[in-house]
Amino acid sequence: MFTDFGRYILLLKSVFKRPEKWNIYSKNIFNEMVYIGVESIYLIGIISLFVGAVMTLQIAFQLQSDLIPRTIIGSVNRDSAILELSPTISALVLAGKIGSSISSEIGTMRVTEQIDALEIMGINAPGYLILPKILAGITMIPLLVVISIGLAILGGYMGGSFSGAISGADYYRGITEGFNPYTIAVSLVKAFFFGFIITSVSAYQGFYVKGSALEVGRASTKTVVISCISILCADYVITGLML
Amino acid sequence: MIEIKDIHKSFDDNYVLKGISATFTDGMNNLIIGGSGSGKTTLLKCMVGLHAPDQGSVIYDGRDFTRLNTEERIDIRKEIGMLFQNSALFDSMTVEENIMFPLNMFTNQSKEEKLDRVNFCLERVDLKGKNKLYPSELSGGMKKRVGIARAISMQPRYLFVDEPNSGLDPKTAILIDELINEITDEYNITTVVVTHDMNSVMGIGEKIIFLYDGYKEWEGSNQEIVNADNKQLNDFVFASKFAQAAREKM
Repeated sequence: MFTDFGRYILLLKSVFKRPEKWNIYSKNIFNEMVYIGVESIYLIGIISLFVGAVMTLQIAFQLQSDLIPRTIIGSVNRDSAILELSPTISALVLAGKIGSSISSEIGTMRVTEQIDALEIMGINAPGYLILPKILAGITMIPLLVVISIGLAILGGYMGGSFSGAISGADYYRGITEGFNPYTIAVSLVKAFFFGFIITSVSAYQGFYVKGSALEVGRASTKTVVISCISILCADYVITGLML
Repeated sequence: MIEIKDIHKSFDDNYVLKGISATFTDGMNNLIIGGSGSGKTTLLKCMVGLHAPDQGSVIYDGRDFTRLNTEERIDIRKEIGMLFQNSALFDSMTVEENIMFPLNMFTNQSKEEKLDRVNFCLERVDLKGKNKLYPSELSGGMKKRVGIARAISMQPRYLFVDEPNSGLDPKTAILIDELINEITDEYNITTVVVTHDMNSVMGIGEKIIFLYDGYKEWEGSNQEIVNADNKQLNDFVFASKFAQAAREKM
């Protein structure tokens, strides 16, 4: 485990070396942004809408009391979405979608000697392959989280209204009352670190694959497991430090 | 000229190379031959810096590659072209993009100049007009030729070739050998070919190093190999029934 961590740090050191040509890297960064960000919007959107809707129903179920105003349902749903559900669930889903893909892509390049070919040419392979993914991850995942927050709150409105658990007016008043913008900052910090974890851990697993296609598959599975655990640990640490 | 001195390499407790020294001459096809597991590919990877040798030196025209820092190594690597066993073409790029890739990374040429160079390299390997195909659309022999085109795109001083004939039919294998031979002559480069293919050995083996169990067992040319007095080498060269029959007729 310590050997792996040491190699991970050394790999990151190579990743952040000065690029050979920024214009080629920037093209790769935009391509990765499209893949990581734009192509994940649909999945994150669907999940967020349903999570928001279900959360509203569950909160309404748990807060059935004449002493508690119905607007609380909106407030709790909003803060849950901002602080925990949107960043963490989005990150766990993206660890599966993007993490396994990055690991497989780089792992396949390793076993088919494409990474060796880059190194023979004198190109810093970790920088060329991994840096654009990390930069795309730390910029696009926070954006996805912002979209997810919006859709989770919208989902809560729709779920609450359609089921009759809460009226639209109460829900709206709930989500606008007592809003603390600091919670958005916490959420974005989480998303930034989750983006870094997903892209760097998956790239590390792929970069050091040895063997054949079978090992690429195993590395991909390992990526998802390690990324998910790392995300949950980072979630706890960031929450503890910031709240 | 490339000189290797006392190269040792092990992986955990497995000693693969046990003190190999040799000189690879300019303008010549230098072959490293040997059976499976003899250390050929490991030696090649030590020479190009994909593996760090445990001990010994790799000297490119007086520059000791093993003692250089990363920046200095990159300078030498820009002078190296390599054809990998499975061609190692970038899957996501077309033939044109594959060949243009090193030019994009290391030159400031205009797009027209780079395209001219790509077309020249493709013509040189007899693949004119295949610019827009992806590696998945190419046959094994075509992939090898694109690999050679990419390797020569930066006009290398040193060309390394790992098992150029693996997975090819005999006719295509001979075409690839001839192409390597022509390019070596044309550019006067130092070519190092790792192979266990006897057709290559007899066809282009101007200088041959035979490895056995991690040691350099024999050194000579394709003219000398048939009459060499070395049991391991003879077992390797005359392993096939066809070769044994040919030997009996000699």
